[in-house]
Amino acid sequence: MKFSENWLRTWVNPALSSDELAHLLTMAGLEVEALEAVAPAFNNVVIAEVLEVVKHPNADRLNVCQVNVGEGQQLTIVCGAANVAVGVKVPCARIGAVLPPGSDNEKGFVIKQARVRNVESFGMLCSEKELGLVAESQGPSTELRTGLWLLPSDAPVGKTLREYLELDDKLFTLKLTPNRSDCSGMVGIAREVAALTGSALKSLDIQIQPVTLPEQLPVHVADAQACPLYCGRLVRGVNAAAATPTWMQRRLERSGLRGISAVVDITNYVMLEMGQPLHAFDAAQLSGGITVRRARNGEELTLLNEQTVALDEGVLVIADDARALALAGIMGGQGSGVEMSTRDVFLESAFFHPDAIAGKARRFGLATDSSFRFERGVDFAATRQALERATQLLLEICGGSAGAISEARGELPKRTAIALRRSRVVRVLGIALDNAQIAALLKRLQFEFSANGDDFRVTPPSFRFDLSIEADLVEELARLHGYDNIPAQAPQATLTMLPYSELQRPLSRIQQIVVERDYQEIVSYAFVEEQVERDLCGNANPVMLQNPIASNMAVMRSSLIVGLVGALRFNLNRNQARVRLFESGACFAKVDGNYVQSQRLSGIAYGASQPEQWGAAAKPVDFYDVKADVEALFAPQLLSFVAATHPALHPGRSAQIYCCGQAVGWIGELHPHWQQQYDMAQSAVWFEVELGELTRAAVPHLSEIAKFLPVRRDLAVVVDETVAVQALLDAMQQAAAPYVVEIALFDLYRGKGVEQGKKSLAFRVLLQDTHKTLTDLEIEPSIVKLVDVMQQQGAQLRM
Amino acid sequence: MEELKNILDHALQQFAAIGDEAELEQVKAKYLGKEGSLTALLKGLGKLSAEERPAAGARINQVKQTIEAALQQRRDALQQTRLAQKLAAEALDVTLPGRGLGTGGLHPVTRTLERIEQLFHSLGFATASGPEIERDFYNFTALNIPENHPARAMHDTFYIDPQHVLRTHTSPVQVRYMEANQPPLKIISSGRVYRVDSDATHSPMFHQVEGLWVDEEISFANLKGVVQDFLQRFFERDDLQVRFRPSFFPFTEPSAEMDMSWNGGWLEIGGCGMVHPNVLKHVNIDSEKYLGFAFGLGVERLAMLRYGVNDLRQFYESDLRFLKQFN
Repeated sequence: MKFSENWLRTWVNPALSSDELAHLLTMAGLEVEALEAVAPAFNNVVIAEVLEVVKHPNADRLNVCQVNVGEGQQLTIVCGAANVAVGVKVPCARIGAVLPPGSDNEKGFVIKQARVRNVESFGMLCSEKELGLVAESQGPSTELRTGLWLLPSDAPVGKTLREYLELDDKLFTLKLTPNRSDCSGMVGIAREVAALTGSALKSLDIQIQPVTLPEQLPVHVADAQACPLYCGRLVRGVNAAAATPTWMQRRLERSGLRGISAVVDITNYVMLEMGQPLHAFDAAQLSGGITVRRARNGEELTLLNEQTVALDEGVLVIADDARALALAGIMGGQGSGVEMSTRDVFLESAFFHPDAIAGKARRFGLATDSSFRFERGVDFAATRQALERATQLLLEICGGSAGAISEARGELPKRTAIALRRSRVVRVLGIALDNAQIAALLKRLQFEFSANGDDFRVTPPSFRFDLSIEADLVEELARLHGYDNIPAQAPQATLTMLPYSELQRPLSRIQQIVVERDYQEIVSYAFVEEQVERDLCGNANPVMLQNPIASNMAVMRSSLIVGLVGALRFNLNRNQARVRLFESGACFAKVDGNYVQSQRLSGIAYGASQPEQWGAAAKPVDFYDVKADVEALFAPQLLSFVAATHPALHPGRSAQIYCCGQAVGWIGELHPHWQQQYDMAQSAVWFEVELGELTRAAVPHLSEIAKFLPVRRDLAVVVDETVAVQALLDAMQQAAAPYVVEIALFDLYRGKGVEQGKKSLAFRVLLQDTHKTLTDLEIEPSIVKLVDVMQQQGAQLRM
Repeated sequence: MEELKNILDHALQQFAAIGDEAELEQVKAKYLGKEGSLTALLKGLGKLSAEERPAAGARINQVKQTIEAALQQRRDALQQTRLAQKLAAEALDVTLPGRGLGTGGLHPVTRTLERIEQLFHSLGFATASGPEIERDFYNFTALNIPENHPARAMHDTFYIDPQHVLRTHTSPVQVRYMEANQPPLKIISSGRVYRVDSDATHSPMFHQVEGLWVDEEISFANLKGVVQDFLQRFFERDDLQVRFRPSFFPFTEPSAEMDMSWNGGWLEIGGCGMVHPNVLKHVNIDSEKYLGFAFGLGVERLAMLRYGVNDLRQFYESDLRFLKQFN
């Protein structure tokens, strides 16, 4: 809601500066988004009439003018504008005038008597641009805006321009919250200012217009719930082409509305003034009476903005006997609106229930001044008054004679009294308001109420749609009392400790482990490009957004890989040679009609395994480096890795990760195909694991520390390349005696001395008993057993 | 006698001149060995008379002890020297950089969230979470935002299907938590939220922290107290001013917009209010018995102010040059 301060001050005029008034409104919940001056500061600029134009004797492009600046004063002024002519009325900056800063004069400049090529000049004739007013009244072309500002021929000579155009005014823009529709008209804002300041409020003097036309259109409301009150009247013999008065034009303009024609301007003006949207039909275009009804399925309507909408029973329309004429409360239709040639007008003022209008405009992609007000709630006690007010203005400006008002009335919203308890006010706000204070605040708000000790009964006014329960009134009291006057107080409560489970590791602990392993955290968008999701995740059925913000953000990620690869590419483009990134967050999938949202942690490593440094040969990061990172993340839980293929990964260098027999994630090198597509010189290694498994922890339980030293035996075997180390380890674990406490690989060798296609593996076996020293009699058979199970997998013992 | 003195002088001189431990042992033999001069003198004692023998023997032994002591001293000295040389040879350039893996770092948003959570944990707030694809019911209806309510338009919602949205705020977690738990309740919940909005100051995805406190005596004054306390602790500034402005959220009443004093002006930092009775009714909490407040804060906004970030988009670009500054 945008409005002129001067207009507001015709209703209520508190002793506050513009800035103070803006602060007051903001702190009352009517946030002033913008406060701007109508015109920049300048003075001593008056309306002048050009009496004589003579070519400058010493300059081709200059003229020497005689101008009348009022009070019989005539000045000689040298002027360079091309559009100067005898008889025009223009702004004249007199000697001593200070003009506003502009692009060509940064500080603003003072007009002095000057000698222009040997001719004395006593002032300056001005363009709109020179007065800093280009936006205020835009001329039809740039030429006109840079040339002299030609004022209307009836502009009073000698009057200051500021006074003539009411330039000492400021524009307020309110950011209205949906609950305060009552402030979408000047009446409401003025009422609010009066309540906040205690200043006198001038009421609008609405005169009942005499009925001079013995004619009425029948109106019928078919859905009285949606439209509890409909008023309309015929006005015949109007001059629709009449000019809108300047004062009205100016107020409309300063509220951000374009002037259209006198009749439309009047309906808009009353809407701004009273918050009641109105509509004017060309009566000649109507056939029969007016009906407010639900649209019929399949019915069509072409709106004023030339958009044709297909209607259904969910939409309320204004119709005549032949067709739908307008979308009720939203927008009029083509072919029934007022034109310049219109002689007879049917003026409508109605109350549409917010529920009947809410969401309807949005459905058709519309947002109109009318729908904005109706869907939030319009004062249903002012419907008829607004019609009288519009009639009054219409007769004044366009002439004509008005018929009696036709009215269809249903059940208007009830205004039931709300119980308000002082005890509740005190409890909710935490301040000790007394009964007298509460009563005083209610009075200032113009709420009807009765009081019985600590109990009040408050009837909300017809213009407030946001008041239906006690809490609503408590907010009103707090607002008017001032949030600033409620102290900040620490709560008093019983102290209890939060549960703190040792069976869970917090995410922050896990993030810290990844950070310590040299990964940098990123946050990437959860929506990704459909094609990339298909490429890297093999996901042909992603969770799609119905209204994505861009096509490359159209589907929800099913894995964090897309964001990580994108971030890697972004950093490679910025010459980073070694990039290690991780992210944790939700991944999305639709399974059996449900959205599965799993929290995961994922990382990608690219470049050297360690930062470039002395004394360590640079080695590109490989599968096993990252595998160690994943193992460190899960430690002390043990993982197993099973070769498996993933659309993003090298088929021979990827594995599914298992923890406690459950698949918990993936690890692998990026597939060479994607490496090439993403233009990466080296391969990147990526992993992703479910956070659920990762956060699981166990409470340690101490077991006895062995008093006897462990015995170590090393086993070296040669096996086919195709035999997985894990297979041998698993087999040995299965066969191991209880006192075998560790079996681990400590060396792998290929090359000289080992046949091609085979590898040499060395395992460390630790044996230990808590209660005695192990003898060879116990050790040797268990080692033989381990060798035996390896031999079953084709391993040959190396001596 | 003269001979004994000569031997001693000679030995002491020779020991002092020797710089090598092996040579020292060889020279030792010259005096104390089987063929050594002192050994010879001792052997010669037999030739002396019984009266002379004890005194002569004592003198020789004394010289022998002196020589042995000198020898040991010299040995120690040589060993010290050798050790010193060895240590000197082993000296490192301690200014060479250390080796090994580097360390990464947390994203500034995570860092900020951890800080926020720590502060609220210190007041006994528990942590709760909820889904990002949220049912329309939890995101709107249960928060007193019925279908077609103008407040829905303020949210610029991403839709997945008619019943599911990307949550536009963290407030649905309030509802889910209150459904599952009985008051008194004290939680914060943080996470990603989504709005159809993208420009220099809006991101289609950002983070919020939601706080909720429901108990028998919790007032608007308490809400002001907690939020002010938090902001002062978060920014580590006791002089930080917090301003509450009346506003409108369908799920709180009274509602307020929170502003914070910053560089001589006011900055909007989040929204808050007393939990609306309709919201409590939805989750079967008796609004006559219990009161509560809720607030929502923009995490990126807090991080920007705290760390001097001017462009919101930098948080999501994953530029290492940006991210590493928060390590």
